[in-house]
Amino acid sequence: MRLYEYESKLIFSKSGIPTPLGKVVSSPQEARDVAKELAKEVVLKPQILATGRGKAGAIKFAEGPEQAESMAGELLGMELLGFKVKKLLVEERLEKERELYAGVTYNNSLKRPAFVVSPDGGVDVNELALKHPQRVHTFSLSVRRELPSYKGRELAKKMELPSDSINAAVGLLQNLYDVFKRFDALLTEVNPLVLTHDHRLMAADAHIVVDDDALFRHPELSEMGIERREDRPHLPTEFEMKVAEIDSIDYRGVAGRVIEFDGNLGLLIGGGGASLSIFDAIRRYGGNPANYCEIGGNPTVRKVRELTKLIISKRGVEGLAVITNILSNTRVDLLARGVIKAMMDLNIDPKSFPIIFRSAGAYEADGYKILEKYGVEHLDRRASIDLAARVAVEMMQGKKP
Amino acid sequence: MTILVDEKTKVVVQGITGREATTFTRDMLDYGTHVVAGVVPGKEGQLVHDVPVYDCVVDAVKKHDANTSVVSVPPRFAKDAALEAIDAGIELVVVFTERVPRRDVVEVLEYADEKGTRIVGPNSLGIISPGVAKVCAIGGPAEDAKRAYKKGFVGIISRSGGMTTEVANLLTMNGIGQSTCVSIGGDPILGSTFAEMLPLFGSDPQTKAVVLFCEPGGAMEEDAASYIREVGYAKPVIAFVAGRFVDTMPGTRFGHAGVIVDRGRGRAEDKIRALKEAGAVVVEDFSDIAIRLREALRK
Repeated sequence: MRLYEYESKLIFSKSGIPTPLGKVVSSPQEARDVAKELAKEVVLKPQILATGRGKAGAIKFAEGPEQAESMAGELLGMELLGFKVKKLLVEERLEKERELYAGVTYNNSLKRPAFVVSPDGGVDVNELALKHPQRVHTFSLSVRRELPSYKGRELAKKMELPSDSINAAVGLLQNLYDVFKRFDALLTEVNPLVLTHDHRLMAADAHIVVDDDALFRHPELSEMGIERREDRPHLPTEFEMKVAEIDSIDYRGVAGRVIEFDGNLGLLIGGGGASLSIFDAIRRYGGNPANYCEIGGNPTVRKVRELTKLIISKRGVEGLAVITNILSNTRVDLLARGVIKAMMDLNIDPKSFPIIFRSAGAYEADGYKILEKYGVEHLDRRASIDLAARVAVEMMQGKKP
Repeated sequence: MTILVDEKTKVVVQGITGREATTFTRDMLDYGTHVVAGVVPGKEGQLVHDVPVYDCVVDAVKKHDANTSVVSVPPRFAKDAALEAIDAGIELVVVFTERVPRRDVVEVLEYADEKGTRIVGPNSLGIISPGVAKVCAIGGPAEDAKRAYKKGFVGIISRSGGMTTEVANLLTMNGIGQSTCVSIGGDPILGSTFAEMLPLFGSDPQTKAVVLFCEPGGAMEEDAASYIREVGYAKPVIAFVAGRFVDTMPGTRFGHAGVIVDRGRGRAEDKIRALKEAGAVVVEDFSDIAIRLREALRK
């Protein structure tokens, strides 16, 4: 779960990482009040869960309360990088001498936490690592240890910090690692880390991603007003929201993780690796998917039925492909029943609607019997998943298998 | 000969009274795997499909010589369960549990490394050596597993549990048997990666070729490619990379926790290039796995 900048800064400031003075606001009037209180130049930063606000020109500087108010009026409510701006962070404008980078994340290959630091901040660190690898330094360490001070000093030197800020940098890095572990973060990042004219270090921006799988042991987050939410790179579409509702009918099985596309072939595919393979194959053979989805974990007939109905009735959908890998947990017969019931509900004759069904495994004989009874074309384990995808695409092109 | 599991494998199931564990314990027994004990704190003395339950793993080791463990406990207890297995001297720990906190995974792996214990998973469906034994849920009921998996010469290493069986089925349908098949797990950080599994298949006389089922996200495929190149891997490696379309949708997570393309990293395209450059065969169509394998085995 990615935290908003102001939430990350709240955690940082409570954990000994210096952050600029400021407040989060949701109206122009409040922005004006904060600017007045700070009594200096301020920066207005839209609070959205996306990177690239600066590049999009959405970070504004105001000289006084009036300007802060009018700028806040422009920013609040705007669509920015797929999100609607509802809150702004209004902060003192820092007098920068330099911008640096410091972050902690897991190195998946080494299977350990790792510091990443650079004397160049305020830029995309991954791009920097590709273009100027010598400017990015990493140091991995045991998750069961603290960052030793001398290692912190070495990292600070690699960030090319002046001697009078070395000790502050060590403390900051140690606190960053402490936050990383204490909050079960996957990333704690300060970019840029600002060295001010008077040689103080400040987290000008803050970025924390908390491990969703560890949220159960962090009740303190909601106590701090940080509510649980699902990460998405954009707002869900209406269709995607309806699917999420179906998936929450009950806890049994997954009939969700649906992403909307604008094609004519509805897809009911599963599960993780299989969905990826099948979706690729449909596209590769020239098919136009109406959606991506993942079914698995033995969803109930009702879930399959509702999901199928939603997909078939989606605008532009002219056919349906039900393709899964060989199932060991999810039952083929329940899948078949759900699909047939959906068509009955919609008064669609399975014999006349373009539909292809390829599944095998648990209860396959029962499943095939149901499909045959209603005249639904089906393939079994002898047909590979890519062959099934090709058959589906050909079906849509009017060449019946 | 097989790797990881064989006739001497004696399994203890941690969390054996859970719904899924009860099911796969029966499936393992039906397949002929020696499941010697279960462990559930507070339930010592119970039987699950005639398998005795203990409070502690050490007792399962002492009384039944268990050498392999399957961890199937709720995520919050997974770290403790895995550490217990490592300390009890278990050689191979398969972590079935999904959604284990990352910090716990890292801590367990670090400890396992110190003690020389092999971890497979988390979020793994397990390991099967067709005709010999299957450990954990892989392949489902024994009858289904016997249909999909046949004994032979090809090793499978897969980031997707379900697709491990799909790959095996494709090979079986084409008359190609398997030596050992490993579902390494769908998480970004795993006890046994492609690069850590390849050496085992490399030195296994039964294995003549290896299939990798790959997904976007992370750098496991790139690491495997480096390994293949560095050691001059002697056996043919056939790779299938699923989820090429994920490259066009950065920031969106698909299926497994590990499948995400973020800030230009973890792209399928880069994995395909790295594997090809290392000399692996990367197939376009899923069913080409069988065709290219047959060519490779004929050489």
